[in-house]
Amino acid sequence: MPDQSDHTSAVDQSGDQSSDNLVEGMLLVEEVSIDGMCGVY
Amino acid sequence: MSTNGVTDTGAPPFNLDVAWRLHPQVSMRPERFGALLYHFGTRRLSFVRTPTLLSVLEQLPAQRSARAACMAAGVDSDHMQEYAKALATLAASSMICERP
Amino acid sequence: MTTSLLPLAEQFQHGLDSPICLTWELTYACNLACVHCLSSSGRRDPRELSTGECKAVIDELERMQVFYVNIGGGEPTVRPDFWELVDYATAHHVGVKFSTNGVRITRAAAARLKGSDYVDVQVSLDGATREVNDAVRGSGSYATALRAMQNLADAGVAGFKISVVVTRHNVSQLGDFKAIADRFGAQLRITRLRPSGRGADTWDQLHPTDAQQRELYEWLLDHGENVLTGDSFFHLAAYGQKLPGLNLCGAGRVVCLIDPVGDVYACPFAIHDSFLAGNVRDDGGFSRVWRSSRLFADLRRPQNGGACRSCSAFDSCRGGCMAAKFFTGLPLDGPDPECVRGLGGPLPALSSGPRPSADHSHRSLHGTAVPISIGRRPDRACDENPLTGFSAL
Repeated sequence: MPDQSDHTSAVDQSGDQSSDNLVEGMLLVEEVSIDGMCGVY
Repeated sequence: MSTNGVTDTGAPPFNLDVAWRLHPQVSMRPERFGALLYHFGTRRLSFVRTPTLLSVLEQLPAQRSARAACMAAGVDSDHMQEYAKALATLAASSMICERP
Repeated sequence: MTTSLLPLAEQFQHGLDSPICLTWELTYACNLACVHCLSSSGRRDPRELSTGECKAVIDELERMQVFYVNIGGGEPTVRPDFWELVDYATAHHVGVKFSTNGVRITRAAAARLKGSDYVDVQVSLDGATREVNDAVRGSGSYATALRAMQNLADAGVAGFKISVVVTRHNVSQLGDFKAIADRFGAQLRITRLRPSGRGADTWDQLHPTDAQQRELYEWLLDHGENVLTGDSFFHLAAYGQKLPGLNLCGAGRVVCLIDPVGDVYACPFAIHDSFLAGNVRDDGGFSRVWRSSRLFADLRRPQNGGACRSCSAFDSCRGGCMAAKFFTGLPLDGPDPECVRGLGGPLPALSSGPRPSADHSHRSLHGTAVPISIGRRPDRACDENPLTGFSAL
């Protein structure tokens, strides 16, 4: 059971993110099509 | 601000309290930044952006609920909602599915 | 549990232990002689990987958990072991998409594809009309492609891809391409022309004008919801809105090319010694090349943007396409030749630019489809008509 009194660590989502309109939490997962990378046929 | 892991798409709230697993057509690759998940059926790729979320996914088969998997991966109650939303995103694209 | 989320581009900069997907050109042989062919294909190379060597590569890709290969060429279906290799790949947990001009997509082939869950097919088309298409791909190529599409549609292969290279002459046909895709139940894919291979010779005549580039961007924003792009237009992000995709150059970082003789290049648009990382026949095979080659290590070092660094668009466009800059003779640390801000400047004469490493082009005239002639004796193995012995469709 994690120590719930420890508030010094946090998932930092505010930092460099420019896409402020993304739902918080969706930043943890990003989806792309397999066609979405440059350098393939 | 939405609650209970509701995604942007308005998908049903993510149920943290049932058992989940990776979809059988999904291949997961741990990476330095987290993980890559590829669904062979949909041809979709998901980038898991934190190692903690990778741990949650790795814990899913052994835990009786997604909540338990999150806790086993070190997610505390302050962040449970964020992880629920991330799991909801993965569920919406069939990367994870409920375990019977 | 402290975590900071870097933009994906930065997270990939250090490279991955395995590519996500990659292009694999199976043969330089081709029945066509498209004027812009990025691999200068036509004649088979006598050193091409054997069936056994190809299977060994697939075994490695499986071990590395490479998710997907994009098989091309030349025309990959002219290899006698083509289907054997496709089946081997999917049996070994490597998804396959293959790119074809349609010459061997018979009814039987289409039926076979209908029964394959993990194989995707992509038919090349560069004009919505015969006139526009055949001017680039050769006489008869439009008919071949459409016949293939009809066979696929008739067999119920839903969602096959039609892949178009955008040129000055087909930008006005984007809506027509979409209509063709809709007609066959296919998905449209449009990609950027690069000055690679024979593309260097025709770049001046074929690359879209500035106005057409803008038109293309607007069309993608308005109508591009179900249109794939292979992330090949990330340089257009500088106009304002990013298009779907990673929006970054994946060469040597998330993708690469394996060519027919086993050479590993950063990407299929960069077939040149400057972008050659190694060969799968070397000790350690493909995985050693991917993980340890000097070239890929260089590409994976943080890129500071060079002359583009001070431009406000750099975060969006990332300085554009390395191959486009290289083959037009521009410095790699400066703007793309099609920089939307017009900063790509006047180009050095292409005739003085870098030439591809090797040229497998047919010795016949460019732009003419090689006629099918059954039973013709070849002069040398590599001049052999790739369709020798193949009976009519």
